[in-house]
Amino acid sequence: MNKVSRWVWGAAIGVYAFLYLPLAIVVLFSFNDSNLNAEWVGFTLKWYVMLFNDEVMLEAALNTLGIGLVTCVVATVLGTLAGYAMYKWRLRLLPVLVLTPIAIPEILMGVSLLIFFVMLNMTLGLVSITLSHIAFCIGFVAIVVRSRLQGMDESLVEAARDLGASPAMAFRKITLPLIMPGIIAGALMAFTLSIDDFVISFFTAGVGSNTLPLEIYSRVKVPMKLNPEVNAVSTLLMLLTLSLILIVSKVAPNALRAE
Amino acid sequence: MSKPVYGLGGRYAKWLISAPPLLYLLLFFAIPALIMVFAAFRFPGDYGGLVPLVDVNPDTGARELLLTAENWRDFLTFENFGRFFEDSIYLELFLKSFWYAGLTTLICLVLAYPLSWLIARSGKKTRDLLVLLVILPFWSNFLIRVYAWMIILGPQSYFSRVLNGFLGIFGIEPVSLLFSQFAVIIGLVYVHLPFMVLPLYANLEKHDMSLLDAAQDLGANAWQRFWKVTWPLSLPGVWAGVALVFIPALGMFAIPDLLGGTNSMMIGNLIKQQFLDSRDWPFGSVLSIMLTLSVLLLAAVAAWAGSRHKKKD
Repeated sequence: MNKVSRWVWGAAIGVYAFLYLPLAIVVLFSFNDSNLNAEWVGFTLKWYVMLFNDEVMLEAALNTLGIGLVTCVVATVLGTLAGYAMYKWRLRLLPVLVLTPIAIPEILMGVSLLIFFVMLNMTLGLVSITLSHIAFCIGFVAIVVRSRLQGMDESLVEAARDLGASPAMAFRKITLPLIMPGIIAGALMAFTLSIDDFVISFFTAGVGSNTLPLEIYSRVKVPMKLNPEVNAVSTLLMLLTLSLILIVSKVAPNALRAE
Repeated sequence: MSKPVYGLGGRYAKWLISAPPLLYLLLFFAIPALIMVFAAFRFPGDYGGLVPLVDVNPDTGARELLLTAENWRDFLTFENFGRFFEDSIYLELFLKSFWYAGLTTLICLVLAYPLSWLIARSGKKTRDLLVLLVILPFWSNFLIRVYAWMIILGPQSYFSRVLNGFLGIFGIEPVSLLFSQFAVIIGLVYVHLPFMVLPLYANLEKHDMSLLDAAQDLGANAWQRFWKVTWPLSLPGVWAGVALVFIPALGMFAIPDLLGGTNSMMIGNLIKQQFLDSRDWPFGSVLSIMLTLSVLLLAAVAAWAGSRHKKKD
């Protein structure tokens, strides 16, 4: 190993440490027997026990999962349709509408949806959050599905048509199974994005409804409410996301790299 | 029109398939965006929100549009835009946000370059693992990642105590790391770093290594090889990374909100304030439009710069 590559390795390891140390600290302190996130005192599970008896957190978790599931189903259907349409036809409006929500800062979508829902006299809550989440998740699903379609061998579909399959049958028997990993990856992505979303939920949530990221925010923002219970819920959320990502990378190894 | 050979056919397939996502995004993305643009030209309502355009008759319940060809001046105004340019604090806030986002982008580039280079030069198996390791933290909850820095930079953390102990040796007053501009920049870099690594890596991976060998044979040292060969070739990747980091960083509000102090507000915080605290929607909309215009301009510049370098390849 020469001098340059040793230097590059050193820098790279430094960057990985920068990426992982903060998260490791959050996890570590979730097992720490101290109110303060400052010093290691001793091992405990009491924050997890506290978490599972915390009704506010549990309700927020339930809301988050519910929103995530509905978002996942609807965004996957709409996103798959959009991805297929964008792959197959030269469309003008659809790609713009699908890609812009991904490209602009989230806050812009958050505030415009806030105005929209209030003007419709809609009570802000779980429904408005879900509708908003679907809107920003469609694009991610569409991109994954389209990139999967682009990697597909079209001659298979042509062969099916030559053998007498109707267009619908060729789609059901050939295209759909081939792009299924992309659809599953897109669905898991939509679910993850939804349960992680803070900014758009923050503007579309109103007063009564709560999600996990919103609850974490309010506890972190007001130090009086802050204790390592937040670390515990963070650790569990990370575990959930991690397992979802592992599933995605098994189902569709290249899905997460799609840009 | 030729009959489609593959996939779903039929004359109406195009519309049947593209209509559901199209309608959904029109309703929940395009129309809200247009309403926001419209709101920027209206007056704020007495109790927040907007001055109503529609009056509901209390007896009959009939709705009546107040806006007519004669009185539109009572409902529409350029005042909100004037306010933005009149008081220099808003432009200064925009400039400060640009500065924060720019510094963040630069630091991300410096951190990401060696890492991306290493990933691109690794064997196939190692490469996939290294890329996954970059992506993983990005998929953990955004707030958790910000919270982690609240712990690290907090006054009682090991890091703060060691640093202040060290500063104390030189007789320097202890510094508060949390709620400072420093904390905001760290948070911004931390959250956006993967967006720089991925496009850079994707670009560096495609480089033809024989070019570097040729440069070496011709007597170029390591620095010259980097500066004359690798760097110019990587510019499309650099520009993609710059756009992917700068644009979201510019509109961030949660990081300055949680890690920053009163003097480290960004555009996003002001927008949030207008919509949720002072409930001045028209001015909030003006700020959002200005942010959108900045983003569009930057995206266009980055796309132009990136494509210009691509043509040279």
